[in-house]
Amino acid sequence: MKKLINDPRAVVDESVEGFGLAHADLVTVFADPKYIVRKDAPVAGKVGLVSGGGSGHEPLHGGYVGLGMLDAAVPGAVFTSPTPDQILPATLAVNSGAGVVHIVKNYTGDVLNFETAGELAQAEGVEVRTVLVNDDVAVQDSLYTAGRRGVGGTVLVEKIAGAAAERGDNLDAVAAIGDRVNQNVRSMGVALTACTVPHAGAPSFVLEENEIEIGIGIHGEPGRHRIPMENADGITDRLLEPVVSDLGLASGDKVLLFVNGMGGTPQSELYIVYRRAAQQLAAQGVTVARSLVGNYITSLEMQGCSITVLRLDDEMTALWDAPVHTPALRWGV
Amino acid sequence: MGLDVNWALRWLTLSAQAMAEHRKELIELDRPIGDSDHGENMDRGFKAVMVKIAEAPPETAGAALKLTAMTLMSKVGGAAGPLYGTAFLRAGTALGEASDIDAATLASAFQAARDGIVARGKAESGDKTMVDAWTPAVDAATAAAGDSDVLKVLVAAAEAAEAGAVSTDPMLARKGRASYLGERSIGHRDPGAVSSALILRAAVGAVE
Repeated sequence: MKKLINDPRAVVDESVEGFGLAHADLVTVFADPKYIVRKDAPVAGKVGLVSGGGSGHEPLHGGYVGLGMLDAAVPGAVFTSPTPDQILPATLAVNSGAGVVHIVKNYTGDVLNFETAGELAQAEGVEVRTVLVNDDVAVQDSLYTAGRRGVGGTVLVEKIAGAAAERGDNLDAVAAIGDRVNQNVRSMGVALTACTVPHAGAPSFVLEENEIEIGIGIHGEPGRHRIPMENADGITDRLLEPVVSDLGLASGDKVLLFVNGMGGTPQSELYIVYRRAAQQLAAQGVTVARSLVGNYITSLEMQGCSITVLRLDDEMTALWDAPVHTPALRWGV
Repeated sequence: MGLDVNWALRWLTLSAQAMAEHRKELIELDRPIGDSDHGENMDRGFKAVMVKIAEAPPETAGAALKLTAMTLMSKVGGAAGPLYGTAFLRAGTALGEASDIDAATLASAFQAARDGIVARGKAESGDKTMVDAWTPAVDAATAAAGDSDVLKVLVAAAEAAEAGAVSTDPMLARKGRASYLGERSIGHRDPGAVSSALILRAAVGAVE
């Protein structure tokens, strides 16, 4: 294992500390318990947005704390959900009295820990709503699994719900738009290589030189099936087809196309994937009205990507375009 | 002879030792069907329990288990934190203020722990989770409680939990991250069932 680290057990501590130093103009970092809040939190009259999850997905979630997106992010250990003793103070710190929305990726640990923290916050008089993100079409039979996972769609939920909160929407309205994004977004990912959790010291699964793993999540867990390596267009089609069919996209629909890198894939390759996906959507009469390409929700140094498609309406488009100023996403300001 | 607070404190100490000793093994079990973090999280959680106990030694077994619950819930993370936290909380509540725990109370505490895990995680027997260690352990403990011998109850629970952990090998996972693997989860042992068996085995060693 070759990594730019000092001590496998200090990875999250030292990384979050550095993040706080680098972005001191935007965020305040608390060390113990660990959470990151927007510099000017709580913003008077504004609904607070809190998200969190295992570390190793950077820039998710800390990178999205700031104007027009999250008010707080709660990083757990690598690939491990944060705990209620972190989520609770983060929730209290961003509550201006207008209530707080928890944006939770549908993983068992995240759900259980946010659920516990939400109950504790309610007991302290804070109104909490939860938006559960479960956009991963790789998980098919939800009756016999923990349900679809929250993956790339999470970034879009955080941006659009964050913009709604920033313009002054109330608690229920912010949660409702978050749910609406989730209902209209689907994702599917591929791994060309596995990743290595620092404290585990060895890759989380083994892929041979000529193998790829289709339907991966973002926590280094293996996906649905393994196939021989193909070219970029072939892989893109395998990812896009189930996304489009599950979403029920029709000619005339407008979408946001998001090609996300898993951490170890160069931007140039992501654009090759984007090219094919955009061509395929155009051929089906679907208009790609907005786009996002880059490493926004990663799995450490994993090579691979995910394709996320969000069916847009006018309101979601306007909220996507609204100003945002965070360490990882900035426009219009 | 019943069990007291000193048994509970030895149980937690031996559990912490077991988590440290089996940290790597639990990580290895978690690697193919989870995310390689179970051993790390349990080790970190029980080390924190040891610190809490040293800071303010609990006076009853029930209080020791509740302190364990709060610490695991806040330090372990993942699904295991809330699940073990709930288990120890329910078990501690079942013991109440008792200073001398008899066989029947012990068995009912294990049952409360199992019921808490099921209520939180919504897993059933056969889903390839820690429930597959806990349910046979509770059944064996309840059956053994008739002899009014706490050691027999603990041994029965530990042996049944160990067999239960092994029984997860051929199961198809239906809960947690392993469930995403579908058929490919078959042939792997559930790490949560293994850590549960280690903790119940530690309870036997804690009897003097």
